[in-house]
Amino acid sequence: MKKFIIIFLFFISFFVKAQDKIGITEEDYQNSGVEMADKMRSEGKIYVLVSIIGIVLGGILVYVIQTDRKISGLEKKYND
Amino acid sequence: MKAYWWKILAILLLAYTIIEGLLIDVPRLPILNETIRGLFFHVTMWFGMLIMLVVAVVYGVRHLRTGSLADDDMAVEFTNGAILFGVIGITTGMVWAKFTWGDFWTNDPKLNASAIGLLMYFAYLVLRNSLTDVYQRAKISAVYSIFAFAVFIPLIFILPRLTDSLHPGNGGNPGFNAYDMDSNLRKVFYPAIIGWTLLGAWISTVRVRIRRLERNLEDKLINQ
Repeated sequence: MKKFIIIFLFFISFFVKAQDKIGITEEDYQNSGVEMADKMRSEGKIYVLVSIIGIVLGGILVYVIQTDRKISGLEKKYND
Repeated sequence: MKAYWWKILAILLLAYTIIEGLLIDVPRLPILNETIRGLFFHVTMWFGMLIMLVVAVVYGVRHLRTGSLADDDMAVEFTNGAILFGVIGITTGMVWAKFTWGDFWTNDPKLNASAIGLLMYFAYLVLRNSLTDVYQRAKISAVYSIFAFAVFIPLIFILPRLTDSLHPGNGGNPGFNAYDMDSNLRKVFYPAIIGWTLLGAWISTVRVRIRRLERNLEDKLINQ
């Protein structure tokens, strides 16, 4: 019975809306009245930015992986 | 903690987030302009923080039931990771506010509430460090984190929506509020949440392992 109530509440929660949403239409994608970084994109400079942030993320990930491997090694040493 | 597939998943999702997050077509909305992409980086920090706090609360409850210190390790390190995400979230928000609203800090309900939320979690760390007995520390901080979480959710999600707030998605403001209707933004937003959360979980579990190893070593030295 308890399970049934939980499942029931879970399903009705799908239809609950907290706020009215303002929909985004196709027009919002074409609206050239709003300034965006179009020039940067057309010049291809955005790819420079993507690679810079990519390298930063890559560096952080390499650091985390190294730490992970180091602690794995220590754990192994301890268990022996 | 032998399974590592989710770490690879985290790397893939984060790479996808950064590449697609900067390159996809986004709706051209006034005021937000290109900063709508902050959705993939700033908003996901708060979502990641929240998910990690849920994990911390679950392990806190588990600690109260079992009394095991291993559960306390998980609880504290996931809270640490969540605080890191929260600090990044509030700093990125301040940078955005400077260029959108003209000031690093406005007395907006959303901003003040999130600052209070973060301070509550700083207090958690202070509380922990002020207790010397490990079992007492684990138990008290588990109870505190349950209460802090119960206050944190209304603070950052409910209260700002009840009043007028400038923050996108609050107080009847359009902006990110509208993204709910937009499948293009969702395509990056959901993977980004999962990716950042997995990265946070990864860092947290590494630190948990350090803690456990440290304790095992101490026990060994004492029992020698």
